[in-house]
Amino acid sequence: MDLGPYLLLASLEGAVQAAVLALTAVGLSLVFGVMRIVNVAHGEFFMLGAVFAWWIATFFGGHPAIGFIAALLIAPLLTGLVAVIVDWFVLKRLEYDPEGTIVATIGVLYIIQQVVLMTYGPDARPVEAPFNHRFYFPWFGYSSYKLFVIAAAIAILIGVWMIMAKTRIGLVLRATQLDRETATAFGIEVNRIYALVFGLGAALAAMAAVLIVPIQQAHYLMGGDPLLLSFIVVIIGGLGSLRGTVVAAALIGMSDGIISVFFTPTLAKILATLLVAMVLVYRPNGLFGTRSA
Amino acid sequence: MADKIIKPKLKTRRNLLKSIGAGTGILAGATALPGWVRYSQAQTSEPIRIGFQVHRTGIGAAYGRWYDRTTTAAAKLINDMGGINGRALEIIAEDDGTDPKRGAEVLEKFANQHKCDLAFGTLFSHVVIGSAPRAGELKLPYFVVSEGHHVASGMLNRYTLQPGITDVKSQVQAMAPFVADNLGKKVTMIFPDFAFGHDHRDYFSAAIEKQGGTVVAKIAIPPTESSFTKYFPKIPRDTDVIYHVMVGPAVLTFVKEMGEFYGPNKPQIFGFIDSLEAVDLNSPGLEFLEGSYFWEGNPRYAQANQSEHDKFYRAAVGVDDNGASVSDPKDVSTYSHMFGCWETLFTIKTGMEAAGYQGTDDRSKLIEAVESITDIPLSREHPQGAKVFNSKTHQVFGHQYISKVEGGKLKLAHTTSIEDTLYPDETDYTKQSF
Repeated sequence: MDLGPYLLLASLEGAVQAAVLALTAVGLSLVFGVMRIVNVAHGEFFMLGAVFAWWIATFFGGHPAIGFIAALLIAPLLTGLVAVIVDWFVLKRLEYDPEGTIVATIGVLYIIQQVVLMTYGPDARPVEAPFNHRFYFPWFGYSSYKLFVIAAAIAILIGVWMIMAKTRIGLVLRATQLDRETATAFGIEVNRIYALVFGLGAALAAMAAVLIVPIQQAHYLMGGDPLLLSFIVVIIGGLGSLRGTVVAAALIGMSDGIISVFFTPTLAKILATLLVAMVLVYRPNGLFGTRSA
Repeated sequence: MADKIIKPKLKTRRNLLKSIGAGTGILAGATALPGWVRYSQAQTSEPIRIGFQVHRTGIGAAYGRWYDRTTTAAAKLINDMGGINGRALEIIAEDDGTDPKRGAEVLEKFANQHKCDLAFGTLFSHVVIGSAPRAGELKLPYFVVSEGHHVASGMLNRYTLQPGITDVKSQVQAMAPFVADNLGKKVTMIFPDFAFGHDHRDYFSAAIEKQGGTVVAKIAIPPTESSFTKYFPKIPRDTDVIYHVMVGPAVLTFVKEMGEFYGPNKPQIFGFIDSLEAVDLNSPGLEFLEGSYFWEGNPRYAQANQSEHDKFYRAAVGVDDNGASVSDPKDVSTYSHMFGCWETLFTIKTGMEAAGYQGTDDRSKLIEAVESITDIPLSREHPQGAKVFNSKTHQVFGHQYISKVEGGKLKLAHTTSIEDTLYPDETDYTKQSF
């Protein structure tokens, strides 16, 4: 294939990956930024989103679009609910201790994974895409659904930004992130905010999963890669910085897509990990991180 | 600090004495329990225990589910027929997570904890390669249903046998003439990046070159990969035939994205059905496969010339004429592989009966008895077809099937002879001592 179309395909693949990654990583970053918690179970919330999507799509039946839209609305809600329960049942009891919650979320990771294995089973199951049209460039064909994924992810990210920047709840979230004690002193119920943020973070991962599940399939082990990549993105972007997370997701997603197409996927992973090491050495707070207390 | 260290030491010593006392008590109590020495005098009334190393979880789970159903159905039939040497057959299944390390541990459990007579049923080649050395050390006969060439290559040991399913080398050797004569000479291979895929790469490349063809590109994909479009631009434009074989939970994505990538102007496609085992051929996005060819180990769809043996076997396992579960038409079987479990169990039965197998002391007699098997005729016990067992390489050889996708179904287009699949011996396990 010639260089031009080759690059086009690589960029498209990279953009899809970047879009999904940005959604997942923003969820992780939000939780860390506001709650100062490293949520190791984040990838499992992603997986839960995909599994719920399969259940919902199967339940509704009919035209694939009905099941898909229902899944896009309901699966993040359900996943968010699971996260709120985890917050109330586990994290709150640990008083959000940074070390304790890492170990606890590792436990949550295994619990979610095994419960899904016991109920949903070990199979990979597809959710049908809401539409199945393909574009045919002269050199290769491309699924229009993948382009929709990019657009949908951008729309959701703009929504998150609007909430954070323009609404009262966003103000409260930012206040809590900035200084928990002062926020408490101003009458903000921090415990409720924490539950909300943890639920929202998980819901964002679930949304990313619902978008991806018509391309890939729902499988109980699918949470591993998104977790690893989200951590890479969040470290490069700066923990807690939403802008940094989105920029880093675009960087990692695009470079992963392009390097995978031109060279090998393994090299893409090697370079991403190397970049993390460099960032940790030379810019410990990430590209956009602020030095916070 | 020093204080802290000394004090617990004293405590520990006292606790230690206590716990030794308690431990002895428990031990004494346990040996007094009737269950502890159960049946040691009455070995022959015990069932024959076969440890079934099954991929219940991990990337092999879909295969594991069907290997399990097939094994259960075969064991039931054997017991209905009166068992083996008058003893009932008991299958003890353990999940290995499709993980080589866990595989070796599972064999140890079979030998030491469950006191199994032998181990059986492993599919994924990396698990077989990881487990077989341990089987040799434990002197535990290990009947694999794996397809990999590792048994016949001499890489393993005398305790490992593959009498129920043919190996990749013989399969691809029999496919190469068909591919070169009917589809094209310039082949791009796409295969999973582990032992099984490497067998495909090495032996098909050699076989197609013998037919005057060439492999223009070899694309290795990790079996845990979930997105595939990025690999397809590596397929050279002058490719006549894409030869694909994929495994893992994402096989449907793989084939779908291949269809998306090519659209209507695609080269010829020849796949191993592994790429779509346990996947409905009529899944959305697979329409482009119409007219393409697949290798099948055993035709998934009941064919016009279906043998009565296949009919019987299908019904016993619970598979309908489309190769799906009779209770759920969406639950598609791994029809091209799972017959291996059925046939292997019956070969074990034949071997045990010939050896007069009584217990674990007769394990080497069992292996010698299986080694003396040569011709295996088409029968209810061997519904996939007649086979020839090679005692030196511990590998069975049999017919291979090539099917064409027509009207969303696989229709048998060509059946190879057993001779097409033979190659010179690469080892002689019978020269190894037990």
